[in-house]
Amino acid sequence: MILAKTGNEAMAYAMKQINPDVVAAYPITPSTEIVQIFSNYVHDGLVDTEFVAVESEHSAMAACIGSAASGCRTMTATASQGLALMHEMLFIAGGLRLPIVVPIASRSLSSPLNIHADHSDSLASRDSGWMQFFCETVEEGYDSLIMAVKMAEKCSLPAIVSIDGFILSHCMERIEALDEQKVRDWLGPYKPNWNLLDLDRPILVGPATLQDYYYEFKRSQIEGMRTALPKVQEVMADFEKTFGRGYGVLEEYRCEDAEAVALLMGSASGDMRQAVDRLREQGGKVGMVKLRVFRPLPHELLRKTLTRFKTVAVLDRADSVNSFVGPLYNEVAASLYGAENQPELLSYVFGLGGKEFSPDDAARILEGALAGRKDETVTYVGVR
Amino acid sequence: MASLKQLCKKPELFSKGHRACAGCGESLAVRQVLLAADQPIVTVMPTGCLEIFSSIYPHSAWQVPMIHTAFETSASTASGVETAYRFHKKMGRMKEDVKFIAFGGDGGTYDIGFQALSGAVERRHKFLYVCTDNEGYMNTGIQRSSATPMGAHTTTSPAGTKIPGKKQHRKDIMEIMIAHDLAYAGQTTVALWNDLVTKVQKALAADGPTFLNVLVPCPLGWQYPGDRTIEVSRLAADTCFWPVYEFDNGRYKINHLPKEKLAVEEFLKPQGRFRHLFTHPEGKDVIAEIQRHIDAKWALLQKKAEVLG
Repeated sequence: MILAKTGNEAMAYAMKQINPDVVAAYPITPSTEIVQIFSNYVHDGLVDTEFVAVESEHSAMAACIGSAASGCRTMTATASQGLALMHEMLFIAGGLRLPIVVPIASRSLSSPLNIHADHSDSLASRDSGWMQFFCETVEEGYDSLIMAVKMAEKCSLPAIVSIDGFILSHCMERIEALDEQKVRDWLGPYKPNWNLLDLDRPILVGPATLQDYYYEFKRSQIEGMRTALPKVQEVMADFEKTFGRGYGVLEEYRCEDAEAVALLMGSASGDMRQAVDRLREQGGKVGMVKLRVFRPLPHELLRKTLTRFKTVAVLDRADSVNSFVGPLYNEVAASLYGAENQPELLSYVFGLGGKEFSPDDAARILEGALAGRKDETVTYVGVR
Repeated sequence: MASLKQLCKKPELFSKGHRACAGCGESLAVRQVLLAADQPIVTVMPTGCLEIFSSIYPHSAWQVPMIHTAFETSASTASGVETAYRFHKKMGRMKEDVKFIAFGGDGGTYDIGFQALSGAVERRHKFLYVCTDNEGYMNTGIQRSSATPMGAHTTTSPAGTKIPGKKQHRKDIMEIMIAHDLAYAGQTTVALWNDLVTKVQKALAADGPTFLNVLVPCPLGWQYPGDRTIEVSRLAADTCFWPVYEFDNGRYKINHLPKEKLAVEEFLKPQGRFRHLFTHPEGKDVIAEIQRHIDAKWALLQKKAEVLG
């Protein structure tokens, strides 16, 4: 079915089709509508979900943890300060290996206050043990959210699916909605590994550990993330087989004979796509690598892919404020360390707080990458 | 009303072997609360003394399902657990009738977890919240909380040469919780085991969220020998420093009327945390103010019990 949906509408619609057991959420711009629309589905009886309108994001994630630990397929939605307020609880969900799934409309972090798109929120949570997926379009967000449920449960890892705030959350696009029953059948019922409410087998969830066991628990969690990528890929393949459209961990766009490519995540990939087309028309050997999966980091795939090019421009829609480079650059550079045929890496930061990023900006980055120039450590695109 | 005979026959749901200090009031309260429940129960606790002394992996004192997430999240985690239960019931996946009990110290209840508690209660999640109140952040080494009484020495409200301990009175959490339109709220202390057990049973039978505030003396933080916990607990009740009462469907009832209302000094004297009040130049005034506050609160409570009893 062809539908016109904003990103938020599409995420809420995906949630309706997923029909989670429990949703506990708190509104925040720009993801508020996801919760609003979903609560309509609840009140109109279109889902079986128990919806809890909690009093903060911190409580939202705490309630999600309680629910997921009690054998329920559990979701929430948030962004920005909301995800930051959840920060403490994100680590606990990760440590307990609970497959909670959260769509976020990515937004900058205060101060100064700003409600527009960048990836500061999700990237600040990168070490919390959550899988993270970034999307270019509304339909990709919709598909990714449905897939994330299966991935999270298969890997026993929680997952964030990011659509860029306003740019996707509030912009209407055409999506081809999947058949609801088919989605529900594909997901099947949630089969938890353990359940707090199993009265016959009382368990203690979230014990204290000392120097003797903490490290082993963490090592096991690390292994869970380390071995997640093939499972993520299996789910992607299964989705494609079932629904007839699919995605990779990363997407190469016109990279066949490229000398210089841009690597980035999120909606700006659309601008970069246009810029690549434009430069290609002029004979420029450029391409784009769109990274869809940030956690688990597909470091081997990045290494294999990026060593084919002479120059790679890495675009960060966030900054680590570490006096050096952005978070994505850091991870890409680490993935390439020690590889033969290392490309030259250029670092770009762009679009903070929703700052306009156009195909012209994207084209200039590709031109710079083609020329192999490296004027400064980081280029801050579009800053006045 | 419970009988000791009956309670003795019940299985211990909070087992021996945990690591609480000798004389810990909180561990007594938790054991009594679990003994009181007749139905299957699922429990929640925050980070704090209770979690540390009862759940150091691979050991557990809990013979019932227990979940711990963070410090300020006992009520919010309980929200999620109770919601999951309602979902399972609705879908016919669970047959048993389960009661939920969330514990929290005064830190997790009055202070850092207060928002989560207020929110969970406003949403009418059906659970009993038990505050084990030892009047300070004991797990981190005895810092002041908003439950710490005036004059008490803590490590962040120390008895200095200039300022003699905590300057403010405690927060009246009972009235705050009652203002949430609870079906049942009760305040008691571990010395009055029968009262505590009865209150737990009333709370679990009530519809909607319920609240108990249980004074649990802490030998380490209050500085008295561990074998005097029950005595100190009883003195709190007999001086009316800790009024033992309940709010049951709109009616106030005082459950413990001391034969003779003792002067607050009787409660203060055995405790090292108030020792300085008997030597500091301002100590007399502080004690007088504590007594005035107790008397005023007690008079108000008596009035409420009379008018709304």
